[in-house]
Amino acid sequence: MIKIIRDFIQRMLSQIFSRKKEFKLGLYGPPNSGKSTLANRIAKDWLGEKMSAVSTIPHETREVILKEQVVIKHKGRELTFNLVDTPGIATKIDYEDFMKFKMRKDKAKRRAKEATRGVVEAIKWLDDMDVVMVVLDATQNPYSQVNITIIGNLVARKIPLLIVGNKTDLRKANLKKIESAFPQYDVVGISALKGKNMEELYESLFRLVR
Amino acid sequence: MALTLQFVPYADMEGMNSDDRIDKLLGIVKSKSIVLMEGRLKPEEETMLIQRTMEAIDKEFKGVELCTIFPEDKNLAIFRKLRKNFTSFLLGDREGLTIIGPATVVKEIRRDPNKIQLFTVDIKRR
Repeated sequence: MIKIIRDFIQRMLSQIFSRKKEFKLGLYGPPNSGKSTLANRIAKDWLGEKMSAVSTIPHETREVILKEQVVIKHKGRELTFNLVDTPGIATKIDYEDFMKFKMRKDKAKRRAKEATRGVVEAIKWLDDMDVVMVVLDATQNPYSQVNITIIGNLVARKIPLLIVGNKTDLRKANLKKIESAFPQYDVVGISALKGKNMEELYESLFRLVR
Repeated sequence: MALTLQFVPYADMEGMNSDDRIDKLLGIVKSKSIVLMEGRLKPEEETMLIQRTMEAIDKEFKGVELCTIFPEDKNLAIFRKLRKNFTSFLLGDREGLTIIGPATVVKEIRRDPNKIQLFTVDIKRR
């Protein structure tokens, strides 16, 4: 019953902003969950170009990156939005962690400083979002406080959300665990790197904003 | 080295505004103690805590590990859910427990639905 009411409210909100000429679609999640890889996949699919740098070292994205006027088409329908790739949200940042990737101390310190500013910036941008994809690494434990905090904030701000379980091409990926952690929300499993299941992701996005 | 756990009862926090709550919690954590707070912060306060934590990171303070435990209400009947929501509205969100530890002391708080594991940082590293 509560799920029906929540879905109804979410649909009403989606309808309100979908009447706007364009909307902001934010990619949020913890560091290294593949937000920038997904941003690149979407930008490549529909604009033919990448938008963000990616790396195996956490906090590669330390500033919000905006790609305007992304137009996606699916089954005769069209959606135009501004895609916002955000720095990963973290509760701690230690420059020594970057040095484990053979980074020099001064560079690691600079990266840590920029990363802290990036987290603050990502949080500030939350209020500007119309729809958010919460990108989680499907090989990691989904019961992390960062995930719960991001989703709790989106719900409190009444921003429609879709949970994306990324990296499903990896053997350790466990989409069921994400689904059981967040049973109230749609969860789509993809591999942004390999382009796996992107059709279902676009279908879910259209469903969310219809 | 002994771990210090500081209990923060809900009554200590209920009269405070969000800024003061975050100040109090971060103050405890920055003194290298682990906070055990009765109840939970509002979602907006959780992001405020993360923001303020990021702004406070320096040579000594590397951030926090945070975990909120609260009773699952997905199996409750509708009437009990409504009663619970009404009680929370009147009395505040005093259900559950919030754990906040300094990242230099607590390496990870691992939560599965039914258990919590708190891993501390290797003393040699500290």
